Amino acid sequence: MTSLPACTDKKLGLSIDLDICVGCQACVTSCKEWNTGGYSAPLSDHDPYGADPSGAWLNRVHSFEVSEPGWARTLHFPRSCLHCESPECVTVCPTGASYKRTEDGIVLVNPDTCIGCKLCSWACPYGAREYDHDDGVMKKCTLCVDRIYNDTLPEEDRVPACVRACPTGARAFGDFADPDSAVSRAAEERGGFDLLKEFGIGPVNTYLPPRRGPAAQANPHQPGHPATSPNGARVAPLPASLAKPGGTLEKLFAWADRALTR
Amino acid sequence: MNPAYSVIFFTTASGAGYGLLVWLCLAEVAGLLPDHRWLPFGTLALALALATAGLLSSTFHLGHPERAWRALSQWRSSWLSREGVAALATYVPAGLLGLIWLFGLSSPLVPVLCLLSVAGAVATVWCTGMIYGSLRTIHQWNQPLVPVIYLALAAASGAVLLALILSVWGLVWPALLALVALGAALALKLAYFARIDGSSAGYTVQMALGLSPDARVRVLDPPHSRPNFVMREMGYQVGRRHATRLRRIALGALFGAPLVLIVVSLFGFAPALLTLAVLSLALGLIVERWLFFAEARHVSMLYYGQSEA
Ligand code: SF4
Ligand code: SF4
Repeated sequence: MTSLPACTDKKLGLSIDLDICVGCQACVTSCKEWNTGGYSAPLSDHDPYGADPSGAWLNRVHSFEVSEPGWARTLHFPRSCLHCESPECVTVCPTGASYKRTEDGIVLVNPDTCIGCKLCSWACPYGAREYDHDDGVMKKCTLCVDRIYNDTLPEEDRVPACVRACPTGARAFGDFADPDSAVSRAAEERGGFDLLKEFGIGPVNTYLPPRRGPAAQANPHQPGHPATSPNGARVAPLPASLAKPGGTLEKLFAWADRALTR
Repeated sequence: MNPAYSVIFFTTASGAGYGLLVWLCLAEVAGLLPDHRWLPFGTLALALALATAGLLSSTFHLGHPERAWRALSQWRSSWLSREGVAALATYVPAGLLGLIWLFGLSSPLVPVLCLLSVAGAVATVWCTGMIYGSLRTIHQWNQPLVPVIYLALAAASGAVLLALILSVWGLVWPALLALVALGAALALKLAYFARIDGSSAGYTVQMALGLSPDARVRVLDPPHSRPNFVMREMGYQVGRRHATRLRRIALGALFGAPLVLIVVSLFGFAPALLTLAVLSLALGLIVERWLFFAEARHVSMLYYGQSEA
């Protein structure tokens, strides 16, 4: 039924840290790899090694150059379905193939009933849905619904494939309905924001803004990410010879570094 | 938005079919139709053929046409589903009318069936318009005028068709009706162009990326080397100059030429002149519908280098 649940028990989603995403595309490829064999199989490609490659991918990473007065940087920007709270992609669906789950808020497409009318992709403000021309149905991020509840996987793998793959910990998975969850706390502490808030579709995925200023490197991983180690305990301290600039060359590098970041 | 030919054909053909159905039924109820054994049935058959051809063509762009029946299930929330339900429901009274007229029967039910057919046709076209009109992601479609224009164009094209058919009997009122319907649709379409030109929903790339309004943004590296589905479907855009020229063609063929031809037809050669009017109208409608898509800009393009939507 494409009418929406009044509220969902959980609000599962991703927290995406724009400060530390390095645009490596690891989440993009791991997403494709898992999902082309999982719930969304197949994710068809056309001419993948030719001159005009295209295909269905559920997660894309854009790179922008952004500047504000006194601040500029490269902004890597991952974009996938945000599992919105009032998803118009669901209400426009004529077949009921698109639906939002009451238990956890995940927005899914049933590939057995989708007629491939593409209307849902028109209704999504984020361009998060991609049509699979071979399969004739719409594909979208499933929040790896076939991983997160999967008892046959080791505990640490029961997160979306993108979260597991991200080498910088820029992606975290959790329940935004629980104010004490790691993702809720990260959003609280870091001023997490809704994409295109003015559109008002209620995205559950939350983006953490890029930091301004030198604090940027202080706390690279989001709390809750598998790569986060308690108090940095498992990270060995830098050898003394590297820790403080000694030789002329190091001083030169340190000066160049300061000059460039100013 | 990418103008899919099956959808252009669907909305124009079925619009004309439903428009013809509406005027035929109203004329029957008002007792304005000339007394001829095959006129009501023939006209009804043409109307339903146009509507059906349109509906069938709309299934061509589906990934799974064989599952199209499932689209009838979600009328509570989906305008596309409502359109399907309304279209099917309209076949019931219109089909019964067809049987009555085919066998030349007379029945007290005819006026009721006519009015039900009118209601069904209007509802179907309104739903078609609302499929587009309800999409908040596309400013050029998300306008109260959009479903009204769908209705007005269906009414105008149906009226010109009826004028052509009834010109064989030398009737003048259908031509006058067509003039009024075309004039109303023209006024609405001009108001629509004035409304969408230079206005936007006010969404910016800064909002899309969560930056301050004075931030400058440049695309450094898109996520894929060639256009993906989203760019091909949502990113289709027609150039400014091209659009202006096409607007002139659409207005000229859809309104200008038919209006002149209909006025001249009042003085003679009506069937021939009205045939030309119908052909010109068909061309104009197709260009108008093509532009309706090509001029529509989707908010997701903010992630692909558009600065405003
Ligand atoms: S991001 Fe798009 S596809 Fe995902 S729930 Fe929201 S509107 Fe639907
Ligand atoms: S493409 Fe499939 S999921 Fe999307 S609106 Fe159409 S039937 Fe629903």
